[in-house]
Amino acid sequence: MDPGLLGQYLLNGLVLGVIYAMVAVGFTLFFGVLDVIKFSHGDVVMAGAFVGLAAYAGLEHLGLHSPLLALALIVTAATAAMALFGAAAARYLVLPLRGAPPLNTLLATLMLGLALREAVRLFYPNGSNPKPFPRLLPVEAIDIGNFTLRYDSAIIVLGGLAAIFALHIFITRSRLGLAIRAVAQDAETARVMGIDFRAVVLATFALGSALAALAGVANGLYYSEVNFSMGLLLGVIGFSCAVVGGLGSVLGAILGGFLFAALQTAGAVWFAVPAYKDVFAFAAVILVMAWKPTGLISETPAERV
Amino acid sequence: MSKRAARIDIALALAALAGCALFTGLFLRAEAQWEIAVLAVLLAATLYAAGRSGVAARLEATGAAHPRAASLAAGAAMLLLVALLHSSHFALLMMATVALFATACMGLTLQFGYAGITNFAGAAFFGIGGYTTAVLATHTGVPHLLVLLAGGAMAGLIGSLLILPILRTRGHYAALVTIAFAVLFKTFLEVNDALGGPQGLKVPGLELFGWAFNRRIPLGEDREISFFASYAALSIVLALLAYSLVKRVERSWLGLSLDAVRVDETAAACFGIDIARWKILAFTLGNFLVGLAGGIYAMMLGYIAPTSFTFGDSLIMVSIVILGGLGNPLGVIPAALLVVVLPEKLQLIQEYRFLLFAVVVMLILVFRPDGLLPRRMREYFAGWKRA
Repeated sequence: MDPGLLGQYLLNGLVLGVIYAMVAVGFTLFFGVLDVIKFSHGDVVMAGAFVGLAAYAGLEHLGLHSPLLALALIVTAATAAMALFGAAAARYLVLPLRGAPPLNTLLATLMLGLALREAVRLFYPNGSNPKPFPRLLPVEAIDIGNFTLRYDSAIIVLGGLAAIFALHIFITRSRLGLAIRAVAQDAETARVMGIDFRAVVLATFALGSALAALAGVANGLYYSEVNFSMGLLLGVIGFSCAVVGGLGSVLGAILGGFLFAALQTAGAVWFAVPAYKDVFAFAAVILVMAWKPTGLISETPAERV
Repeated sequence: MSKRAARIDIALALAALAGCALFTGLFLRAEAQWEIAVLAVLLAATLYAAGRSGVAARLEATGAAHPRAASLAAGAAMLLLVALLHSSHFALLMMATVALFATACMGLTLQFGYAGITNFAGAAFFGIGGYTTAVLATHTGVPHLLVLLAGGAMAGLIGSLLILPILRTRGHYAALVTIAFAVLFKTFLEVNDALGGPQGLKVPGLELFGWAFNRRIPLGEDREISFFASYAALSIVLALLAYSLVKRVERSWLGLSLDAVRVDETAAACFGIDIARWKILAFTLGNFLVGLAGGIYAMMLGYIAPTSFTFGDSLIMVSIVILGGLGNPLGVIPAALLVVVLPEKLQLIQEYRFLLFAVVVMLILVFRPDGLLPRRMREYFAGWKRA
């Protein structure tokens, strides 16, 4: 294949991979501390993008047109709002269901996602139609042969990687990160050691949801469009990435994100009908599950009988 | 127990059955929004009162003591209702839909409730039944009874592709396998031109033993029996058969083995239970029931499209199973009635129905996690606890 075209596919795959990885890291964090799957996560991604959009509309209304300021405001508003939402969801829906079978938590959070989706559709002005997302990143590009390096793609990839890296540093280096890891390892013992279990859970959910909001904004910037229904598929993809990588492992989530993006891109290249790319990617996910039932980087077995 | 008490029990059960039939009829016929609201509140209040006062437990004991008579009476009551509603298309369509969804969810009950396999691709297997029926009935002259069975068999067969990953994975990992399949299936239907693509396929009407279900039957001058009446009757009979099948599986040693597999795989394996065999049985039999129901559903509607078999529809089926009470095939019926009919009926809040539905399901999960009719311990000898 032509190297320029190959580079193009690679860059597209990288952008998608970063977005998916940001979603998947949330799944893996929640699973780590609470052993739950929070399925509204995909819709949090979508809601984050819409909060950013609303913030941008507010800024336009005030008559300020600085792209840098707008970007800063969008990111801040989206992450802050979704962090609050994530903590609230943990406090009022996920924690009360701790004693219930995991299936109930799964269904409850799926329903939370549906509620969020419907709320955006009904209450955001004209929310049932796709919304244009402002192009705030520089749209210039450098041509290298027939490979076009768009600055906005490069910025999304680098920004996303920086966010994931910052999260990794936070979890491995800070005190709160230490508490999160302690709770993930053994909630009982962590409590005995004086860690405020509930606070740690809420913080983790806030953190994961903020990252999801960032993914939503990145998704909006990349496609220049957001849609109320995009959350369901993004959530399923993020969950697939987290599971394929191995639930509970941040590295696995990143790996899974890039792997899924690579599968989708390869599917789009190979098949005459590009729409088969999702069929191909999900079939591959099923095969990976049959081959490695606990993901590529499997959780440390801690089965208590 | 005295004879008198037994008689009172039976009278109570018959009254309750009549009440249920009356409620279903009124609920299906109700059009004014306030009527529906009143009926929904009434249902919630009655269920709550019955649960609190012990009437529900007593009714259940009566039903368990006479299982065959109870299901026959329930079936007869529902068929009577079909006869009474013979000319209202919409009510009959709703009844048939509820019965078919209940049948499909009984299949899912085998998987979720007994073997403990999570299946988030219920709508996909429903769709496999529907599409198989559509293709076979359009392009071949195979008798429709066989076509319907082939729909179920196809669902079981395609389900067997997922068996290896399902057997190897646990918990959330297993959930992903079926979720991935559900998304894959819908995307596949949309891009596959041979199966009609996003436009879907037309399905010919059902014809069983020379009886064309879509034929209208005139009744006097200006009245006729809706063709949905035949479908409703067939669906109710199917739901009843599925119910007794699932109940029988539960009561037999099959159900005991399935329960053991669900509760503790390690312990079950130690006692020599072949986990793989029971999971395969529950998964395949469950998918067969789902596919069978899907085939009839497709023929009744006369038209199927990928949008009816999305991941969201699978979730609706899972909510029916959990709302009804995990592992209780009886609970599936009122749950299906609520989940299928309520959003259709609440025209006033049409726009907000999914939002409300989601909120209601969340509230039920938080405040009544066992569902409407929680599963009871099995009773091998009727009434032995009280004897």
